[in-house]
Amino acid sequence: MTTVTTDPSAKQYRPENGRLLDVEELHVEFHTQEGVARALNGVNIYLDQGETLAILGESGSGKSVTAQTVMGILDIPPAKITGGAIRYCGQDLLQMGEEQRREIRGPEISMIFQDALSALNPVFPVGWQIAEMFRVHRGLNKSDALDQAVHLMERVQIPGARDRVKAYPHQFSGGMRQRIMIAMAIALDPAVLIADEPTTALDVTVQAQIMGLLKELQEERQMGLILITHDLGVVADVADRISVMYAGRIVEKAAVHDIYANPAHPYTEGLLASIPRLDRKGQELYAIGGLPPNLTRMPPGCPFHPRCGRARDICSSDDPDLLEVVPGRLSACHFSEEVLNG
Amino acid sequence: MGKYIVRRLLQMIPVVLGATFLIYAMVFALPGDPTAGKCGERECSEAYKAAFYEKYNLNDPLPIQYGKYMANVVQGDLGENQYGNDVAGELGDRYLVTGKLALMALLWEGVIGIAAGALAGIRKGGFMDSLVLVSTLFLISIPVFVTGVVSQFFLGVKWGVASVTVSADATVYELLLPSFVLGSLSMAYIARLTRTNLAENLRADYVRTAKAKGLTPQRTVGLHALRNSLIPVVTFMGYDFGALLGGAIVTEGIFNIQGVGGYIFRGVNNRDGVAVVGAVTVLVVAYLLVNLLVDLLYGLLDPRISHD
Repeated sequence: MTTVTTDPSAKQYRPENGRLLDVEELHVEFHTQEGVARALNGVNIYLDQGETLAILGESGSGKSVTAQTVMGILDIPPAKITGGAIRYCGQDLLQMGEEQRREIRGPEISMIFQDALSALNPVFPVGWQIAEMFRVHRGLNKSDALDQAVHLMERVQIPGARDRVKAYPHQFSGGMRQRIMIAMAIALDPAVLIADEPTTALDVTVQAQIMGLLKELQEERQMGLILITHDLGVVADVADRISVMYAGRIVEKAAVHDIYANPAHPYTEGLLASIPRLDRKGQELYAIGGLPPNLTRMPPGCPFHPRCGRARDICSSDDPDLLEVVPGRLSACHFSEEVLNG
Repeated sequence: MGKYIVRRLLQMIPVVLGATFLIYAMVFALPGDPTAGKCGERECSEAYKAAFYEKYNLNDPLPIQYGKYMANVVQGDLGENQYGNDVAGELGDRYLVTGKLALMALLWEGVIGIAAGALAGIRKGGFMDSLVLVSTLFLISIPVFVTGVVSQFFLGVKWGVASVTVSADATVYELLLPSFVLGSLSMAYIARLTRTNLAENLRADYVRTAKAKGLTPQRTVGLHALRNSLIPVVTFMGYDFGALLGGAIVTEGIFNIQGVGGYIFRGVNNRDGVAVVGAVTVLVVAYLLVNLLVDLLYGLLDPRISHD
């Protein structure tokens, strides 16, 4: 059994100077038949109370692995955490026992997933699935927990919440299902919410509603939000800071408006250039050439150099460090300043 | 739901009529004199023959015969067999035994099969997985008469831990070993079905969600993953129960169980038409009802299935 917290405000974890999360030099490997895939190669991110960090990158760049490692829901094996620390309110999650980590998952750090239809259990009513949070973590009885679930469903604006609490996930639309996911994730008032591509499976109009809801809930509860996405459009309105990932490392970090105005890494430059634009109607869409590297056989030097238009000799031999180009802006490129200055 | 049940029950009528007519036609339309061999070495007397034909309506055309037979069946009268015994009464007694045996076999299958399958599925490729795969392969490869006779000899005769034969009362203790033998094959299939489904469901997104909710591994696997994995297993068990109700000729034979399987077997051997048709008619109805129950159960187990 889990402990029953009588006073939910008496939280065990308190952020120091507003700092919720500090991920330091995180290394994760996957042991596959083709060899060792280095999924994360020294990832550093931090998150403060009430702010939104967007992690941007293509599929396979390591953004979901980062999220799952922070959550502690990575399957070990095949995954293996080979180094680093994840400090939550000053305490290293990687040094904690499994039981202590379980008490963080949900009440402290919680997560929503891309496809709510498969992420919700098909055989249990949605209310039951939300109520489960209160029953397991707070020790509430069935009917009290279900009442809480109804309140949450009302909070995420599900029409007729009280009548629909016993309905199953397949009886809802995609947007409503994602609202239920969100209700479940915020049930215990977590300090950190990780949203892994929360709107990718949804229509554009519904996407905007869901992002609006997330932003609203974040402001209401002063949550730290980590938004994982490959959609630059989603990021612009919501995020405060952006970390761009490529091949399991962070290649650029900056405040959101700086990145849009002026990228400092050729990869970010490429991502921004590949957004379809109305004023370039009739022209061919831009795409970054080539494919992300195979993580079991990383190219020597900078992992992006085979696809990079600015690559020179040094790029295939030396792996650039993530360095400050101008105050508050970091980029892992030998020619960051050149990129930044156009 | 109610509409669905009514529709299904109505659908059963043509199936029952068709199946029983075929059986009736095949048994009674076989060439040869139905009174042959009834009177020992001699040919039966004309008077006996006439009475026999009269009793079983054999002078009528086949559809009329069948109609008269079914009219009696509907009233619960399955006729008399060769020995002049009431078929309905005898079948009733035997169904009690067969039903008990089938339920116990189902219990073995369910409890051991699901437990073994779950243990194997949790860690695919682990020691328990290999153990379960090898032992189920063993059970699947060995015919029931070997499992039956060998276990009867060792457990029953040599070590005396189980009953060797089953009396007319067919107590639970006596049926322990026979029901295990009878259920062993399906047990192996259930273990494998559970294993495959659980291993697959453990990789499902909703299991990842369950972990992210901070649930214990026991709750994640035992409730979220297993609940989904059992949908095909329970369905399989339902159909298997229907099949078990048809009796188990081999197992009944080995352990001297007075069940339905042996009854039909003897009826066929002795060309006892009334006994065979009666037994099979009941069997068809029972099987259809079990099928309906399984389909209703499936709707309960998987809310995505709706019976509108």
